Amino acid sequence: MSHIKVVEGSEAVALAVKACRPQVIPSYPISPQTHIVERLAKMVADGELEAEYVRVESEFSAASVISGSSAAASRSYTASSSQGLLLMTEVLYASAGLRLPFVITGVNRSVSAPISIQVDHQDTISLRDSGVIQFYVESTQEAYDTHIAAFKVAEDTSILLPVMVCMDGWILTHSYEQVSFMEQEEVDRFLPPFQPVNFLDVNDPKSWGSYADDDVLMEFRYSIHEAMQHGKERIKEVFSELARITGRDHGGLIEAYRTEGAEVILVAMGSMVGTAKDAVDKLRSDGRKVGLIKIRCYRPFPYEDIWETIKDAKVVAVMEANVSMGSEGAVGMDLKAKLSGKADAPLVIDFIAGLGGREVNEGTIDEIVKKAEEVLNSGLPLQESHWVGLNPTILP
Amino acid sequence: MKITLGAVVTGGTSLEYKTGSWRDKRPVIHKDLCKACDLCEMVCPDSAVYVVDKIYIIEYDYCKGCGLCAYECPTDAIEMVLEEK
Repeated sequence: MSHIKVVEGSEAVALAVKACRPQVIPSYPISPQTHIVERLAKMVADGELEAEYVRVESEFSAASVISGSSAAASRSYTASSSQGLLLMTEVLYASAGLRLPFVITGVNRSVSAPISIQVDHQDTISLRDSGVIQFYVESTQEAYDTHIAAFKVAEDTSILLPVMVCMDGWILTHSYEQVSFMEQEEVDRFLPPFQPVNFLDVNDPKSWGSYADDDVLMEFRYSIHEAMQHGKERIKEVFSELARITGRDHGGLIEAYRTEGAEVILVAMGSMVGTAKDAVDKLRSDGRKVGLIKIRCYRPFPYEDIWETIKDAKVVAVMEANVSMGSEGAVGMDLKAKLSGKADAPLVIDFIAGLGGREVNEGTIDEIVKKAEEVLNSGLPLQESHWVGLNPTILP
Repeated sequence: MKITLGAVVTGGTSLEYKTGSWRDKRPVIHKDLCKACDLCEMVCPDSAVYVVDKIYIIEYDYCKGCGLCAYECPTDAIEMVLEEK
């Protein structure tokens, strides 16, 4: 049913988007996202994809066009990275509030200053509170599959929110891997044409995002929060529906990897998960009780599924490529907040790793696990995030 | 009243939202000075000035008291009066 090709990660995403039949694609180039929209531009120019391709003058405009076109009943898509995502921020908050179900690829890249084009999750994590659903992917194949699921999740009438598929820049977007592609008929059956609940119509004029005063704004916020919370079950259903078609199961909101009987459980997102799986395999073969949780869906935060997996562990080591400066890593904070007050909850330790493209290899993960085992033996939590591989000798 | 997804509403709902309470100064037209030139009607950002039989009426439910009409009036026929009792 499916066919297999070796493609660049960006091309896999472009082909996934094409198969979803988007009608409007505004784009503004920024590394490492550019190859995706470049490939889509070529498809439109060559007549392979019937869509309105809009070359805009900034990411702010790209986000504005995508919200307008989505409101005008068109399935819409764009991609960006780093500063580009930050420039979109204002519009993305508004789009979630307007309940516009478009899909955007957040190709992860560090945020300036100092300027860097290397990967970390600071850019997309900074959008975690916007009301945009966020998925993180481990591999090119998962990026392909998740984009197809993303449109279905976004457009579900019980959800109706923008969905951002976050994928690591360079490591995933620019490497060539074997990808198994779905047939167009399979995608069409899985994802029927976009049927918006509300849309802009000159014959039936409506106001969008009308003024909300102190008597109703909280209720608007709560309704988005609720759509996310209830969406957790729906997202899992969409993921499994797709997995039944493709035969590829990447997990639900999370994937638990060798967590049975684990005393130390690592938590990670994005491409570092693949490395962590290899590291866990080696540690397991040495008899160490180590497992791993991959967070696939970060917003809504899959606390319940994480809890089911970690409740018998002793230490949870969150390794994350972001930091809320002046506090800790975002995922660690989420988890600690939810575990607070729970009897017998494992200790959570937060590891900042891989900022600005700093390599996370098996050695890095060994170091994290060693630190976690130290905590396990002492029984004392770390008071602050541990910055893995930090070189204090070069600090000013 | 229930809220709607995306705060989407049909047209004309601003009629229900009376913004006149924002006003701290009220425009008062001195009819003896008014030459019926229409400028106040044109410049009002809230369409709160309208004309019935050449008589200018200010809709105080919606006038926010911005004073544009008084500023533009060529015969100074509109006076801004402090809203106090």
